[in-house]
Amino acid sequence: MLKIENLHASINGKEILKGISLTVKDGEIHAVMGLNGAGKSTLSNVIVGHPAYEVTQGSITFNGKDLLSLKPEERAHEGIFLSFQQPVEIPGVSMVNFMRAALNAKRKYQGLEPIPAGDFLKLMREKRSIVELDSKLASRSVNEGFSGGEKKRNEIFQMAMLEPKLTILDETDSGLDVDALRIVAEGFNKLRRPDSSAIVITHYQRLLDYLKPDVVHVLIDGRIVKTGGPELAIEIEKRGFDWIKEEIGL
Amino acid sequence: MSAEKQYIEFFGEVRDTIAIRSCDEMNAQRETALQTFSAKGFPSSKVERYRYAKVDADFSPNYGIALTTLTEQLPPYCFRIENAEPRVRALYNKVADNADSIVALNTMLCVDTLVVHVPKGIRVEHPIQISNILKGEQDTMVSRRILIVMDEMAEADIIVTDRAASQSRFLTNQVIEVLMGDGSHLSLYEVEETHLLCTRFNSVFVQQGKNSSLHHTNLTLFNGHTRNRLDVRLQGEGSEVTANGCVIADKMQRVDNNTLIDHQAPSCQSNELYKYVLDDSAVGAFAGKVLVREGAQKTSSKETNANLCATSSARMFTQPMLEIYADDVQCSHGSTVGQMDEAALFYMRQRGIDEREARLLLKAAFITEVIETIPLESLRDRLHVLVDKRLRGELSKCEGCKLCQ
Repeated sequence: MLKIENLHASINGKEILKGISLTVKDGEIHAVMGLNGAGKSTLSNVIVGHPAYEVTQGSITFNGKDLLSLKPEERAHEGIFLSFQQPVEIPGVSMVNFMRAALNAKRKYQGLEPIPAGDFLKLMREKRSIVELDSKLASRSVNEGFSGGEKKRNEIFQMAMLEPKLTILDETDSGLDVDALRIVAEGFNKLRRPDSSAIVITHYQRLLDYLKPDVVHVLIDGRIVKTGGPELAIEIEKRGFDWIKEEIGL
Repeated sequence: MSAEKQYIEFFGEVRDTIAIRSCDEMNAQRETALQTFSAKGFPSSKVERYRYAKVDADFSPNYGIALTTLTEQLPPYCFRIENAEPRVRALYNKVADNADSIVALNTMLCVDTLVVHVPKGIRVEHPIQISNILKGEQDTMVSRRILIVMDEMAEADIIVTDRAASQSRFLTNQVIEVLMGDGSHLSLYEVEETHLLCTRFNSVFVQQGKNSSLHHTNLTLFNGHTRNRLDVRLQGEGSEVTANGCVIADKMQRVDNNTLIDHQAPSCQSNELYKYVLDDSAVGAFAGKVLVREGAQKTSSKETNANLCATSSARMFTQPMLEIYADDVQCSHGSTVGQMDEAALFYMRQRGIDEREARLLLKAAFITEVIETIPLESLRDRLHVLVDKRLRGELSKCEGCKLCQ
């Protein structure tokens, strides 16, 4: 599904990613763990095409397409979804209009007619219930006045609406209490299709208990320094990152 | 020839024609207006309330000057001034600022006045729409005058729309006078949707009695050069005014809103919200003064001007002003000028909304706040559609109107 090769990226001239290679197959969940500033969010931003980041070397292919040549909205249409670490508030744009614009843009890309109004509202109701999002929140402006937990649930709701092939969860667990984390994680699991994949960026094991990753990567200073199975995340939870640094001689 | 001279000479040539077509109340004011206009000429940018306007340049082109009268077929509560009640006719030019030379020019050249008179205690069920449609092959200057008289406890919604049905140059000099009796309610909406060759000078003067309330919204959706002046005098205790406006401008469009809310009596409230979305090389100006006079205790006043410059070449001048001569008041004023929210743009693009559409949604969202304050639901819905069309660059035509097709 996703193949990243020798990826180097910088922001404001400062190199953050220093040669990342990563392959995610259909149906796999990959966890990316690492300390603050290791480049985890940069990696997710580069995959979705954030204009502030410059790719200086390397390639990303997504289902055979050269991802780096596509605009952010085209990457979204191809099936990439980022659950933002800090979802943005957009006063004056209602969730309904926002979702309709997003969904119809995707349908247009696929050569489909805009979704009929009745079907759209039914779909909104159906998907909203999966993440237990209040109907009042859906009628408000995008993320405006939402609590931290509501914002994260709203991200998963949007994922549900857009049915991506690859979802990137960027610290979706940050700022969530235990119950909110459960709702978000269970919602994510319910929505997963057997062939859809995910990259889960996190500091903690807690979210991974729910999501059960197939592969765990450790990112330090812009490089993937260790890759393993789910047991690697458990070990990090117990021992931190220092032993890995020692192992690679940092 | 100086810009003033062509108007003075023209008046000299046509003053008899005007006098015959017009009525005594209007004719009686012309010579004084001529003197004011001749003495003062067009205000330069040194005149405080014209700081951001380019009056001389706007009046310089050689326009044919229209001397038309209104049709006799007018809807209920609307009259040609000569058919209005004498006490209403006598109110002509009583609220306007006669020292202002743009107003004086209107008083000099305007032939007819549309009077809207709502008698005591009458609530006009349906909104009254006044459509001004500019049409003609020749470049034309139009002087328009509206006198709105709301008797005690009268209620009405009035919508004034400005459109242009042909691609000639048009210059409009409009004066609207509004007298509101005690306990009267008026919603007055102005919508301009003209074209790049249209220049509009619009001066609105309102005088409010006790416990009266005015909702005024001025929307400039498409124009060339526009200057709106709004003066509201809160003379009666307990009166209220909401004075809102929004501007969408791009290309080389220019919009200048200049307002004065004059709190003369105690326990009055004013709320002012103006929002601008400027793109390309558009220039916007907002200068709003709230004046709280001595004795106007328990005044509550809020003035906000918020602006969005979508490009680095769009320019906004903003000047919120507050002058207080009473000590028991609650007043606030402020303004902001900002750019497109890049984080919000990217968020939308990540969800698949293309950049153009995302920008459009953000601009519409910015304006929404002003439209949502409009009490008249049908107009609110229509304006959401018009704003969306405007931002998409689709020129809207009044649907079902023969003149604009």
